Amino acid sequence: MSAVATTYEVVVGLEVHAQVLTQSKMFCGCSTDYLKAAPNANTCEVCLGLPGSLPVINRRAVEATIRTALALNCEIPEFSKFDRKNYFYPDLPKGYQISQYDLPLSRNGHLDFDVKGEPRRAGITRVHLEEDTGKLLHEGAIEESQVSLVNFNRSGVPLMEIVSEPDLRSADEAREYVMRLRAILQYIGVNNGDMESGQLRCDANVSLRPAGSSELGTKVEVKNMNSFRAIHRAIEYEIERQTQVLDTGGKLTQETRGWNDARGLTVSQRTKEFAEDYRYFPEPDLPPLDVSRKWVDEIRSSLPELPAARRERFITAYGLTPYDASLLTSTPPMAEFFEATVRLGAPAKASANWILSDFSRLLNADQKEIQDASVKPAHLRELIGLIDSGVISGKMAKQTFETMYRASDPEPALAEAKGSSQISGDAELAGIVDQVIAENAKSVADFKAGKEQALKFLIGQGMKLSMGRANPQRLDALLREKIS
Amino acid sequence: MRLFQRTIRDLHQMLVDREISSVELTESVLEQIGHVGDQTKAYLLVTRELALKQARAADERLRSQRDVRPLTGIPIALKDVLCVKDVTSTAGSKILKGFTPPYSATVVDRLEAEGAVFLGKTNCDEFAMGSSNENSGYYPVHNPWALDRVPGGSSGGSAAAVASGEAIAALGSDTGGSIRQPAALTGIVGFKPTYGRVSRYGLIAFASSLDQIGPMTRDVADSAVLLQAIAGHDRRDSTSSPKPVPDYLAGLDQGVKGMRLGVPKEYFVAGMEPAVEQSIRDAIRLLEQQGASIEEVSLPHSDVALPAYYIIAPAEASSNLARYDGVRYGYQAEGGRNLIEQYMLTRQAGFGAEVKRRIMLGTYALSSGYYDAYYLQAQKVRTLIIDDFKRAFEKVDALLGATSPTVAFPLGAKTQDPVAMYLNDIITIPANLGNVCGISLPCGLADGLPIGLQVIAPGFREDTALRVAYAFETATEFHKARSPLMGAAA
Repeated sequence: MSAVATTYEVVVGLEVHAQVLTQSKMFCGCSTDYLKAAPNANTCEVCLGLPGSLPVINRRAVEATIRTALALNCEIPEFSKFDRKNYFYPDLPKGYQISQYDLPLSRNGHLDFDVKGEPRRAGITRVHLEEDTGKLLHEGAIEESQVSLVNFNRSGVPLMEIVSEPDLRSADEAREYVMRLRAILQYIGVNNGDMESGQLRCDANVSLRPAGSSELGTKVEVKNMNSFRAIHRAIEYEIERQTQVLDTGGKLTQETRGWNDARGLTVSQRTKEFAEDYRYFPEPDLPPLDVSRKWVDEIRSSLPELPAARRERFITAYGLTPYDASLLTSTPPMAEFFEATVRLGAPAKASANWILSDFSRLLNADQKEIQDASVKPAHLRELIGLIDSGVISGKMAKQTFETMYRASDPEPALAEAKGSSQISGDAELAGIVDQVIAENAKSVADFKAGKEQALKFLIGQGMKLSMGRANPQRLDALLREKIS
Repeated sequence: MRLFQRTIRDLHQMLVDREISSVELTESVLEQIGHVGDQTKAYLLVTRELALKQARAADERLRSQRDVRPLTGIPIALKDVLCVKDVTSTAGSKILKGFTPPYSATVVDRLEAEGAVFLGKTNCDEFAMGSSNENSGYYPVHNPWALDRVPGGSSGGSAAAVASGEAIAALGSDTGGSIRQPAALTGIVGFKPTYGRVSRYGLIAFASSLDQIGPMTRDVADSAVLLQAIAGHDRRDSTSSPKPVPDYLAGLDQGVKGMRLGVPKEYFVAGMEPAVEQSIRDAIRLLEQQGASIEEVSLPHSDVALPAYYIIAPAEASSNLARYDGVRYGYQAEGGRNLIEQYMLTRQAGFGAEVKRRIMLGTYALSSGYYDAYYLQAQKVRTLIIDDFKRAFEKVDALLGATSPTVAFPLGAKTQDPVAMYLNDIITIPANLGNVCGISLPCGLADGLPIGLQVIAPGFREDTALRVAYAFETATEFHKARSPLMGAAA
């Protein structure tokens, strides 16, 4: 080892491909539901690229892209066009992909996110729209496979490409950027955020430069990262690999490397010498797009509250820490679960803690989303209420919560928690009954005058005094007995 | 007169009057195909059974007088670049051998709705690239006026079929003159509408920003009838125009009195045959006698149209033809040891020399580092040509000139010299680049070979082109001349 190792600055830019949630494909009427359909069932002459077929732009896909661009603070030019990106591959039936080259739908935006509560901002170079390719299936390992099959169900599915500036400085930042971006895409309903099935995909351009330098180093493009964890690991690995090459006096090659998740390393796929010349030119089958200001304004006004704004609101309105607020706003269902629980009367801090700790741990273990859990905001509020009123201990509540979570119906577990500490003995309840009668003379009089409603109020007071532990049926009986 | 010698409008009247049936008419044309088909080689595929089935259905329509349209029962030929559902469609290329599309072109759907009868797929230069039909991937077409001569191209099969009585009318496609030039060389009428007037959906693409489908007929009125049936917006083709389609027959016979007709001086190109030039000058004089005012105009960028075309068209073609890789349909070479080799072997054997030449030209023009100097520059030239036409049409209603600088030339005469072949289209290419429409109609014979007069009108003024052409036609007998193969019109 050299005595003085150079310190490097990490430079990362991300290209995220997000399938647009539309009913039909980018340029034809075929269904976009490619995962469930039988191979090549959702195809027609257009998405199969048969001779003579022509594309027709899906307006909803353009709208979703503009929606995304606006959520990422981009400029939307009035004039945009589609271009052809030419290359040969069996999953690309026309021999070119309809994409956008020099006049994308949007450019010059930014995305705010944070790393452990520290605010960060990354520039967004552009958001453009293109079509997805088909999918190849190889029999056995690709190297030895004798047969490859093509499924064109995915061919022509609308795909947004979201390109960041090389503004990210660590694997942590890259991961947080993608997490926040995914949250935004889900918030505005343009993408389902599913990385595993490839509906959200991420490529990273990673380079190093001596700290303080303003020139960019040799860039390596890393592909095939199918989870946040993979993004983080792949970039960490690549930083380490590049550092070693540079520290030992080596030179980096501009290349594309694939992340192998099982082996935990990146493998060279192709180097720049063989880089393709895509021969972009304007797509002559499609007229240019005139994006009216009126349309853009309509889309802008239809945007929901975005994660950054919601995060700010959670901090100020509920007194949450920036870290908790970030986590809670990472997906719309989680944020909505939190707010619903608070609206029902639960304290914010406790609600956040439950959602982010026990609840999240169980959900993660099951790879489940919060909206799919049987525990609903009302259940959580009640559980928190039991702790606050001293009915059950915090330790017991954790057990109860897990039982509630595992059950298809959480009610019995809640009832049991209440029941186990319920006061049912007449002797114990007598004191409570006396106190209620003494403190609520008016209601007692009302009940005597025949107002049945007044008894309900008195029972409520009894429950309150007993901190929820009184058996309401017994309370009812004892109150009636005592008053009459 | 034999049935196969007649025009659409004649035959329509006879069908409506129940003088003849569509089956009789179709059989007459099929019989003529049987007689002369081996000599012209106009067809790649004759769909006899389909034609007779459609003829019977048309007769039923005529009998019940239900939805009888101008083309009901009329036998029509389709250039092989047009997709017809379940009918082999190869664009004249071996690489599409055996390809049967699962869908029909919009124009085919529209003709079917009219009750037209499809005779088959006509021969053409491979992917419509050529001016003599010698680039057909299967066999060349012979001119019905002189079998040792070319019929022009690329819609040479459609032209020869109409000129020999093997079809009453045909559809062709025109990217740089592929309807008009063969029409001129075979003595028929060929009409290239404005880009966007006719849907390209289902037209196997050569150059997407230039291709346009149009009629090839025995006279001008028939072209009006056929265009009427196929023109109009198609939501499946985003480049088709939403402009309403006028009634093309309504204003046909208004004459040229009071019209201003321009003669671009640049269209009398070097190398134009004297007989052609004489014939065109005579035609201009005749229109003047009919009451049109004639003035010389200039289209100053005409000389750079050809080079610009030979950048733009091959560039688009290089991309359009990328899909022919043998993976999914058509021809697939055997013996490839890996993907790239498989692609190369298929494309080497599947494409002909001219197609390969243009793919290479286009690939080069689009390559990074050359794009600005070639493709972008050619697009700028295209804008200049559009402006040339705009300026000219501020002064005149239509332009007159020859369609081709020469009459039909012998087979093999230009096959060794691509540039000489390209020069055939020097007066037709500007109309494609300039987004205007152009019609070619017979205006004379030179040593028994037809000469074509070209009338160019502004974009979406097909009515004007038809009106001028019709005025010329009614004042002359040239359109009544029949090729020796069609036989005397007795």
